[in-house]
Amino acid sequence: MKSNSARLPLARWCGYAILALFAIISLGPILIAVKTAVSDSKTLFSSASSFLPQDPTLFNLQRVLGWANPADPRMERMSYGKIDFFRALINSVIFTLLAVVPQIAFSAMAAYAFARLQFLGRRLIFFLFLSATMIPGIVLFIPNFVLIKDLGWLNTYQGMAAPYALMTPFAVFFLRQMFLSTPRELEECARIDGASYISIFFRIVLPFHRSALATLTIIASLSAWNEFFWPFLVGRSESVRVMAVAINAFRQQQAGGTPDWSGLMACTVLGMLPIFVLLLLFGRKVVESFQSAGPK
Amino acid sequence: MSDRKPSPISPIPRAIPREPIRPAFLGGLFYKDSVCAWIFIAPALIGFTVFYLVPCIRAVHISLTDWNLLRLPKFVGFQNYIRLWADQRFWNAMRVTVLYVLYNIPIQTVIGLLLASLLDRIGRSVLLRSIILTPYLIANVIAAILWFWMLDPLLGFINALLHSVGFQSIPFFSDQRLALPTIAAVNIWRHMGFVALLFYTGMQGIPRSLYEAARIEGAGPWQSFWNITLPLLRPTLVFVLVTSIIGSFQIFDSIAVTTLGGPVDSTRSIVWYIYESSFENYKMGYASAMSCVLFLCLTVVTIAQMRILRSGQSELG
Repeated sequence: MKSNSARLPLARWCGYAILALFAIISLGPILIAVKTAVSDSKTLFSSASSFLPQDPTLFNLQRVLGWANPADPRMERMSYGKIDFFRALINSVIFTLLAVVPQIAFSAMAAYAFARLQFLGRRLIFFLFLSATMIPGIVLFIPNFVLIKDLGWLNTYQGMAAPYALMTPFAVFFLRQMFLSTPRELEECARIDGASYISIFFRIVLPFHRSALATLTIIASLSAWNEFFWPFLVGRSESVRVMAVAINAFRQQQAGGTPDWSGLMACTVLGMLPIFVLLLLFGRKVVESFQSAGPK
Repeated sequence: MSDRKPSPISPIPRAIPREPIRPAFLGGLFYKDSVCAWIFIAPALIGFTVFYLVPCIRAVHISLTDWNLLRLPKFVGFQNYIRLWADQRFWNAMRVTVLYVLYNIPIQTVIGLLLASLLDRIGRSVLLRSIILTPYLIANVIAAILWFWMLDPLLGFINALLHSVGFQSIPFFSDQRLALPTIAAVNIWRHMGFVALLFYTGMQGIPRSLYEAARIEGAGPWQSFWNITLPLLRPTLVFVLVTSIIGSFQIFDSIAVTTLGGPVDSTRSIVWYIYESSFENYKMGYASAMSCVLFLCLTVVTIAQMRILRSGQSELG
């Protein structure tokens, strides 16, 4: 009997065509952004429907990073929005590190306790942690904003990172699922040899689940890097605001006239840069990480 | 959608599997065990209490007060909820949000299923999967700005294309009827690849022998999709629908960078309206009341979905 594909070459080719179309739809806008970022703003109209820039230039990227020569005649035309995007990128790095590193460490500890240790109220606490994933962000943002304000932490890194730094329900849930799969024999042997839970955790459990920890690091870092709403509420001042908040502010500065598209796109390309780097270096791992974010 | 916060990744609370307790593992030292456990769990428990549990209770408390952040909160009972019932703008925000969910979810789910089936049958390359995942890795704000530029009536790529084939340019974001569908489209663009990947992962778990058997019985690809793939994909389908509907209801980021609720309230979603009430007009009590109503609605929607779709039960057992 012939196989499906041999029977239906047409259907197969249609399938390839659809996949190709969606690949183009996925990447097209990103290419247009890159094109715009390296175009002189004067050529935007004439090159509107093209995928390639006329007279490519790095001027926009230098300009939003604050690296352009102020005496450059092209700076004259840039009367509208000003942005120090270099500062914003640094702030994003700091925010991401502060939010993610302790989050994973503390979530891993809690996940280990939920997976392997006995204590009163374990099931109840775990259930509460899980239920927290159902709460809409806005419900928590209002009281959390008040708390951060009362602490005097508005417009500080600690205020922006605090709600993510000690745990996120997802991180605890994800790692607990993983830790449950640690071979019991490994842990029990160590236990018989007199190892404490702390040393089992550090010497056996964490190294055994390196891959899961990498997966979680990728997911948590990307979501911190892309975070907007909370940093927008508590970290608006220029000295601490992150990439997404800065792009939004830059765009709102020019709400009246024609936006500074080449500047905006330069910012978006810089904001996407870590994602491209991550995909180029660890493409397979990134894809697998997000695939594993589904139901288990 | 997402503006879906813990979005993609937020797991649905499920029954917690009860693992057997091994007495040998416990040792005799129950007390020492438990001290150790509390040390391990302390930081996360503090974080949970301070930033989830207490705020959740406090949100309900704030919703019963009249408070502008400057004066002391004044207890007003259920007045905020009563006002909310009569507030036209609240109902408009609810209508806009539900409409948004209705634009967003069906199309996104169908595209996700289509892409996943194609990936499953003919294109299992990592490269292709990473290409369609890319939009999801981009920040909401960036995705929105990107499409704001693509769809700009004067200089945008799409309108330039429309022009070159003889159409008028379309003011996607500034037309009252088009703004909301446009924002939905942007979020479909951002999420379709991720949804497809989740479906694809689910499809990988379906035994190939079933398709083989169906083919021998003479079933075409379409029939095997309806009779094998879709029923066996139900746990994944429930997960994706529940999380993406929760996320979709909370649409905010894309509105904040593009339309700011306009034109004429046509994109004033519920979270945007709550944001305006609390952080622009400082009606903390009223805003909290709306957020509690949103929470309640989402809980009801989620429970209803789980019931209807009978989550967790796969035909495979």
